[in-house]
Amino acid sequence: MAVTNRQQELVVTVSPHVRSEESTAKIMWTVTLSLLPAFVMAVYYFGPRAVYVTALTVIGSLFSEWLIERMAGKEITLSDGSAFLTGVLLGMNLPSSVPFYIPLVSSFVAVAITKQLFGGLGYNIFNPALIGRAFALITWPRAMTTWFTPTAAFVAMDAKTTATPLGILKEEGMHKLLEVFGDKMHLYQSLLMGHRAGSLGETSVIAILIGAAFLLYKRYISLHIPLSFIGTVAVLTWAFGGKQGLFTGDPIVHILSGGLMLGAFYMATDYVTCPTVKKGQIIFGIGCGALTALIRLKAGYPEGVMFAILLMNCFTPLIDRNLKSKVFGARKEASK
Amino acid sequence: MEHHEEKISYLQLIKNGVFKENTIFRLVISLCPSIAVTNSVRNGFLLGMAVLFVQSMVNTTVALLRRFIHPRIRIPIFMLIISGWVSVVDMIMAAYARAAYKEIGLYVEIIVAFASILARAEMFASKNRPLAAFFDGFGSGLGFMIALVVISFFRELFGSGSLAGIPIIHAKPLLIMIMPAGGFIAVGLLMGFFNWIDIRFYGGKGAGGAAGH
Repeated sequence: MAVTNRQQELVVTVSPHVRSEESTAKIMWTVTLSLLPAFVMAVYYFGPRAVYVTALTVIGSLFSEWLIERMAGKEITLSDGSAFLTGVLLGMNLPSSVPFYIPLVSSFVAVAITKQLFGGLGYNIFNPALIGRAFALITWPRAMTTWFTPTAAFVAMDAKTTATPLGILKEEGMHKLLEVFGDKMHLYQSLLMGHRAGSLGETSVIAILIGAAFLLYKRYISLHIPLSFIGTVAVLTWAFGGKQGLFTGDPIVHILSGGLMLGAFYMATDYVTCPTVKKGQIIFGIGCGALTALIRLKAGYPEGVMFAILLMNCFTPLIDRNLKSKVFGARKEASK
Repeated sequence: MEHHEEKISYLQLIKNGVFKENTIFRLVISLCPSIAVTNSVRNGFLLGMAVLFVQSMVNTTVALLRRFIHPRIRIPIFMLIISGWVSVVDMIMAAYARAAYKEIGLYVEIIVAFASILARAEMFASKNRPLAAFFDGFGSGLGFMIALVVISFFRELFGSGSLAGIPIIHAKPLLIMIMPAGGFIAVGLLMGFFNWIDIRFYGGKGAGGAAGH
């Protein structure tokens, strides 16, 4: 008996010794779950169309994933939740007014072309949901910038359209924005709660923050990218956003409007397309922030979060390659 | 010097240019025009014709002069020959196809810098007899033209809902397809499709190795 006990104490196994409970599927489904508050707010403000658009993108994503994996003779990975998450995120990024083919085509572009044709989960260069949205925005510019007024009432969906806060800010300036929303406090409050025109899931900052806090608590995302991203946008829009000269802009409006919160917490932190090194993540975030501010203040589009993240996705391999830590004891490579 | 000559027939030379060494889909060179001018079938076809003519003529001229060109300065000489023939095409198009020339004129002039033309002259025409060189250039140019027409077929169909200017589909077109981004998407997907055919039915390995270099 004693001998057997001794043997059990001295069991030798190969590494890894510490096993984690986490798996890709678990992380994906948890992230999807954390989008629930934003989704509830989207339904609250935009009514049944929010469910309709999101359902179409999810169906489109799952079908595209299944189709390509079937054609390529690969294992069907619908249950890992990544296609579902892409579908939900894409739905969150579309206006509630879009006709049915936009969610379907853009989710096909997102999952089939951006993800599966590049090799599937883990091999894509760009964030699939954002490519889907970029494709839709370039292909159907008018439909993708027709925003329904949030009504917060299920019955009155009589398609009144309006401009987004950033659109108003770009076209007519701060005074018009204050005219529409009343005064500064009302403006901030509306932006925080999400009572404004915009894509489905991006409007309610508070709901996104609740989901993000949950992810931070679970340690699925870290603050490196969101903080440097949002911080850079704040500083740059404060410095250059005002008409009266340096440091007269309103950074709070810029932080709370557009897709910045959704982009910074959910899109830019995508494991596959952001740098793995912490220092690199800060550079990535600053790059995203600088490009966003540049596009918002100087370029033709009122909103630049999507293009900023996609452009920084290109730099991810470069950032990672130059910042990866030295292998201990490895000989220095001869310069080529 | 003339090692290809007896073994390969002229028909094989043409087939080689169209399939095995297709400029766009197999060698993956001269991609600039394949994206720039393929937003309509007419433009793609016209530039393809221009390249077909220039490629055949350049190959023939180089092969004719191959014994007189000193190897050390051959590249500048090839470039002179290429730019001469491009000027001919440029002037003909400017005179007889004014509407199209306004749209693709710039790219007709840029044929001078196409890698494919210099590549055929250097790789084949400078080592072979004029007639073989002509068929090699004809095949290569034909492959290029077919590639442009195929790409522009899909881009115009999806991007403007028409073919050669005639409306076909009366739905909302995918605007992105006639923009440069759509060009990249179309070329990539078609290249993937032809690779798939090659691997699936002919046991090949597919192109794409050249794309990384």
